[in-house]
Amino acid sequence: MDFYDRDIVSIRDFTREEIEYLLDLSEKMMPYATGDKTGRLLDGKILGNLFFEPSTRTKLSFESAACRLGCDVIDVSEMSMTSISKGETLADTIRMVDAYCDLIVLRHPYEGAARLAAKFSQNPVINAGDGAGSHPTQTLLDLFTMRQSKGSLDGLNVVLVGDLKYGRTVHSLAEALTMFGAKLTLVAPDTLQMPDEIVNHIKDKGCDPVKTANLEDVIDKADVLYITRIQRERFPDPTEYKKVAGMYRIDNAMLREAMSDMIVMHPLPRIDEIAPEVDSSEHAKYFQQAFNGVPVRMALLCAILGGELP
Amino acid sequence: MMEKPKEIKLAPIRNGTVIDHIATGEALNVLKILGVNEYMDSTISVGIRVSSRKTSQWKDIIKIEDCELDQKTVDKIALIAPDATISIIRNYYVAEKHKVTLEDHIVGLAKCCNPNCITNKNEPIETEFVVMSRRPTRLRCSYCDRELCNVSDSLL
Repeated sequence: MDFYDRDIVSIRDFTREEIEYLLDLSEKMMPYATGDKTGRLLDGKILGNLFFEPSTRTKLSFESAACRLGCDVIDVSEMSMTSISKGETLADTIRMVDAYCDLIVLRHPYEGAARLAAKFSQNPVINAGDGAGSHPTQTLLDLFTMRQSKGSLDGLNVVLVGDLKYGRTVHSLAEALTMFGAKLTLVAPDTLQMPDEIVNHIKDKGCDPVKTANLEDVIDKADVLYITRIQRERFPDPTEYKKVAGMYRIDNAMLREAMSDMIVMHPLPRIDEIAPEVDSSEHAKYFQQAFNGVPVRMALLCAILGGELP
Repeated sequence: MMEKPKEIKLAPIRNGTVIDHIATGEALNVLKILGVNEYMDSTISVGIRVSSRKTSQWKDIIKIEDCELDQKTVDKIALIAPDATISIIRNYYVAEKHKVTLEDHIVGLAKCCNPNCITNKNEPIETEFVVMSRRPTRLRCSYCDRELCNVSDSLL
């Protein structure tokens, strides 16, 4: 399977076989991601890490993945530190950074920014989140975590909870899970339900999701409970945010209703969606999930830049 | 017995363009594409809800005198009237006639309705849409993946 020089913009650009290939490669990267093995598979390469929105996990795990592979990193963490603050277009910024590195990782507040970057860059571009749009590498690490915990992705009963309207991770994830025949339950108040076009897209692919606002009604059947933060920064109106903030909170009492092998995932950061007492339970997989960003991104970097495992 | 008078709803034109087989109700949107205003010096006749002799269905029709349309205008008409035909009339005869064609990929004809889409942020790019369905016309932005909410309101 050939990923060499390929842009990673949306999970819709992948087939099921391509996803499985990348997850297999991620599995092989595990000893390198933990540091148990070392290998400078991308020696001499340079990664341009452009983050025009705040990020902890995505940015650091890309950096960690690159460092573990011997790839150098140049980065930007704030728009105010670039010529964009002087009125430069993103297209010009990308053309310039393209000349300084071998691969660009881009996070940007506007939807479609990664597609634009891929057009203007000669080198490949990885979308690390564009506004409320796509976040394909998060989806890959989410799938990797589910497969790691449940053994297989086929036919999982996945409950997505929280901000399903603005949360980009759940949009991409719902679409990807559909490729694996997942049963999806969408738990959110009406104002934060999954956008119709995503629901229509997954329906076209053969999934018929159940919508509800009550998590208690569906938690007992879940294989995976994927909860997201209600993102204050995506709400145009703060009063709308206040109406829905704190609606869902997972604690040990609620988890007594769940199957013993049900896993709880969260793209993080969390605010109060998951009580700290859950962290030590067998259900909690969100820190493992955050770590899995490293092997999955190592696999992607290697596949795109041509690094080969010994 | 008196012969029934022949009814002519829209008079033939000597030179110009006839846009026929426009879906009923879309003629006003086609006029919007043509940019009809006080500076336009062509005479335009519009038939709304005219019965079609061929299909016995209702349609809209527009006749523009002394004017031939450029390709970009025809491409925009295809977005809202995918069954329309364009006839070029010269000296009362149909010199050319063709159906409009809706390409699979639409470039630079419409504006994305998502205000947060990168195409609405002064970048040096043309908008691009993928045609999801042709009847009715449904377009998806190639940049932000959002479906265009209202095609006729989004034309550039």
